[in-house]
Formats: sequence, C-alpha cells, structure tokens
Amino acid sequence: MNGADKGSVAATPAALSNVARPPRPSAFSNALVFGWRAMLKFKHVPEQLFDLIMTPLMFTLLFTFVFGGALAGSTGDYLQFFLPGILVQTVVFNSVYSGMGLSTDLSKGLFERFRSLPIWSLSPFAGLMVGDVLRHTIAGMIILTVGLILGYRPEAGLIGVIASFLLLIAIGFGTGWIFIVLGLLIRTPMTVMTIGFTFIFPLVFASNIMVRPETMPGWLEAFVVRNPVSHMTTALRGLMAGTASSGDVLLALLAPALLTVVLSPVVLWLYRRE
Amino acid sequence: MNDAISPADALLVQETVPLAISARGLAKRFGEVRALDGIDLDVPRGMIFAILGPNGAGKTTLIRVLATLIKADSGSALVMGNDLAVDPQAVRGAIALTGQFASLDEDLTGRENLVMLARLWGFPGRRAKDRADELLAAFELSEAAAKQVKSYSGGMRRRLDIAASLIVTPGVLFLDEPTTGLDPKARQGVWRMIRQLAQSGVTILLTTQYLEEADQLAARIAVIDHGRKIAEGTSRELKSAIGSGFLHVALADATPARLDAAETILAARLGTTVQRSPEGAQLSAIAASAGVANEAIAALIAQGIELSDFSMGSPSLDEVFFALTGQPMDEQDEEETR
Repeated sequence: MNGADKGSVAATPAALSNVARPPRPSAFSNALVFGWRAMLKFKHVPEQLFDLIMTPLMFTLLFTFVFGGALAGSTGDYLQFFLPGILVQTVVFNSVYSGMGLSTDLSKGLFERFRSLPIWSLSPFAGLMVGDVLRHTIAGMIILTVGLILGYRPEAGLIGVIASFLLLIAIGFGTGWIFIVLGLLIRTPMTVMTIGFTFIFPLVFASNIMVRPETMPGWLEAFVVRNPVSHMTTALRGLMAGTASSGDVLLALLAPALLTVVLSPVVLWLYRRE
Repeated sequence: MNDAISPADALLVQETVPLAISARGLAKRFGEVRALDGIDLDVPRGMIFAILGPNGAGKTTLIRVLATLIKADSGSALVMGNDLAVDPQAVRGAIALTGQFASLDEDLTGRENLVMLARLWGFPGRRAKDRADELLAAFELSEAAAKQVKSYSGGMRRRLDIAASLIVTPGVLFLDEPTTGLDPKARQGVWRMIRQLAQSGVTILLTTQYLEEADQLAARIAVIDHGRKIAEGTSRELKSAIGSGFLHVALADATPARLDAAETILAARLGTTVQRSPEGAQLSAIAASAGVANEAIAALIAQGIELSDFSMGSPSLDEVFFALTGQPMDEQDEEETR
C-alpha cells in the first residue's frame, strides 16, 4: 500500500536526508533574526511608511498653517511650539503597529511555528522592539525634516535632537506594551487598532501637544497637566530647546517605565499561557 | 533514527525499534469540552502514523500537546525520548511542526522565510542561505524563491511550509491535515514528499480526515473521536474490521415499501446492518467480498427491485465510523484550532 510510487521515492533529494545540526544559537542571535525580519518588512511593505507619516504630516501642515496664527500669533511661533509635540504624538500612535503585526502573526499561525522551535521564547518580542525603534526613528526623522524645511529650529542643536530621539524611542517602547498586550488578546489587527486608539486618543488630544493648558477650562487643565503625554511633550520641547531639567525627563519617562514594569510580565504570562 | 526504515518494515521490528512517541493517558479539556480524553499512543521511529478522525475529534489538540504548544491536563508523553513535561525545549529540538494553516510570513519571500528559520536554528549567514536554497530546490520552489509568499498558490504554500519544517531533519515531523484544501495534483505532490521523508528516516505523525490519505501513506492508523482512540491498526486490520468495501445501491423506484424490502434482502445477504442515505433512495452496507455483493444485487433484481445505480467502493470516513462505533459520525463543531 505504500509502494505506489517507489520510483520517485528512490530519488530522495539530499536536502531531505539528515543534515548536520548547527550548534544551538544564543538568545541574542535569535533576537537579531527577528530584528532582521522586522527590517525586511520595511523592504517588502514600503506602504507602511506612508501610513507612518501621513497623519503626522497632515497634522503638522494643518495646525501650523490653519490654526497656527490664531493659536500662537504666527505660524512660525506655533511650529516652534507644536513640532516636538507632533513627534510625541507620532510615536505614541505608531506604537500600534507592533501590536497589529503581532495580532496578524498570531492569527496566521506563524507563532505556532516559532513556539515549536527551540529558541529563546521572548526573541519574537525583541524583534518587534527592533521594528518599533526603526519605525519611530524613520518617522521622527521625516517629520523633523519637514519641520526644518518649514522653519522649525531645534535650539539645542544636534545633541538636543539625538537626546530627543532617545526619549522618543523610550516613549514608544513604553506605549508599545499596551498594543502588544492587545495583540496577544485580539486576533483581528483592525480591532487592536480601534481598541488601542480608544485609550490613546483622549490622552493625545487632552494634552499640551497642540494648545497651552492655561487656555483650557480649569477641570480640563487639571487633567492635562497630569497627563503623561503632556509630561513627554514638555520634556521633548525642553530637550530640543536645551532647557529641559532632569526632572522633566524623569517625569516623561515615568509612564513608559511603569507600563514596562506592569505590562511586560502580563505579556510574558499571556504568551506562555497556553 | 538515521536508518531508513520503510513503514512496512517498521511494523515487523516494532519490538526492537525504539519509539518516537510514547504517550499515556493524555487528557486536555477546554472548558466543558474534553478535547483529549485519555489517549495512549505508541509510534515507532521511522514510521508514517496517521491520526484519522472528523473535525473536532481532538486531532489538532493531540498534535499541539505533543509539539509542546499546549500542556496536557493529565497524562504523560515521551517524544524522541524527551519527557514533554520535564524538558519541552529538548522536545522542540527533536521535532518540527507543520500546522493546519500555513505558518509562514506572507510579506517575506519564500527564500527569506527559510533563511529566517535556518538562522533561528543556528545556521550562520552563508550556510543559512545555502540551506534555504537546497530546500527550495528539493521542493520545486526555486523559481518562486524571490517572490513574496502572499503570491503563492495553496500547493506552493504547503510545500514551503513543509520545507520550513525540515531546516534540520527532525526526529518527528507533525503534519496537521497536510492536504486539506489542496487540489488532487497538489495533494499527490505532498504525498510524494511525505513518502520521501519517511524514506530518509523521519518519523511522521499526520492527521487527516480522509481514510484514503491514511490508507495511502500510513503504516498504522489510529481512529479518534471525541478525544478518545476508538481503533488502531494497520490499514488492512482496520479494513478487515470494516469489510473490504461498501456496496451502494440506488433504487429506481424508491417507495418506502421497496426500500424496506431491499434493506431486508441486503441485510440477509450481506449479514450486516444497512445504512440508508439521508435522502432515503440509497442503501449502503459492508460487503465482505465482491462475490457476496454480486449475489446481493442478483437477489434484489430477482425480487423485481430495479436499481438505478450501484457501486462498490472503499468505505468513506462516515462508513468507517459507522462500522467501528455502530453510529453515524455526528457533526462536531468544537473548536479544533485553538
């Protein structure tokens, strides 16, 4: 009953017979592979760059030229105020992508294979982080470049810009956990985005990104000045201008640090749950 | 495990060949559903072993437990000598899994998918690429190597998915419904590859809903239903329990009275119970041999019962279940995949 095509069976390709096994790779090497995968995604899905920067670009142009004069007296003054904030907004919004990617991978069964491999079990997440860092850096540079063309000037120069980007990556790392948790719980990428934005939208808009809190009603101002997104924006403005205190930066890092401490064990538990 | 043992030989030397899989009393429930209800399984090394059962029988759950993706509630298993509960990482090093749904990155090319996995297994850069190309060639995918997987046909995906399980030659390869959804030509191709793999000494545990597939490929078949093993044996052993084939007759004038008469005659001639098709016009029953089936048909015609059609075929999964359990396979819609 098994001899139906003995002829072709005889020609077993060498690739299918035993190959020498390489030594077990390190956890770091596993993580690098997932990082490489994240980079390949940029090569094959260049459209995602468009998604990454379209919204912040439109916000920048719209707020600067339509509302800028009314909000800050001149478009130039407003851009100087607004640009660091839009960078924070971009990073916070774009941290949705790793959660969506995770949800896609889980729904397609790719993680089944990863989980059946003898690899460091957290290395796929390390890959997501690499993807995030790339996304935040690329999107941030494009927005900053547009800002520079429109007349934005980071007074602290290159050092300030580098410090700002490091802070942005830390912020993205922190908020990324929210979406990774959602990605592990929800099998439809679009739902991950919708639910995630339900939390993120009020935080981003009820902040000092677009408008100074002093102009708001007292109850809203009370919220806005305590909003972690406002702390992030204040610190980023300070870093770009060279006026940030270490207190500003620590306040900005508080929420990302808390998110990491609280949500990373949740992610581990959810991932290993089965 | 390197010795190439053909499935048929493996049976004969079962006592001396070490087991690739040895499971005792595996149980797993999801809420109220007993997905696995005490499964024992012994799979000798180098054998193609098929798990046959309908949707929701627990096939996928069994594979997921053995591949360390989920933990059993109770019971134990050794896979290539490694205890699932004690050293799952060693089990992962000895197995490969090709799930029911292609576990590939759709955005990457076929080659990139394989290179990624080869690197995860520890092949350094250049060797990872070489290994990927070897596998692409072996699975007739070289031409599509640089195309994104999302452009692949179902058969190509399946082949790449199986290739992805062979980066290092596994001790045990789990194939969950390897040909579901494939056209007949693609199915033949996958079957050929499975046979080649078995020739190279890999133990293969596959699940299927098709008796024909189990019959074609596997040296041993376990039939499971509702998380329990209801039969196990070689294809021949199972068939002798089921009969050599099924006689199907359709009546030209299917009045209830004629159907009853025909059923009585068939039952008497074939010495077995007769199943009626849901529509009622067709009767089927196990026939021990073609001769007996001929006599039964002759008896029907002698009684003036005209047939619009008759055929003798190998039993379908429904009929296997009917023969083994005495009741029709019920529609089970339990979650199979999670």
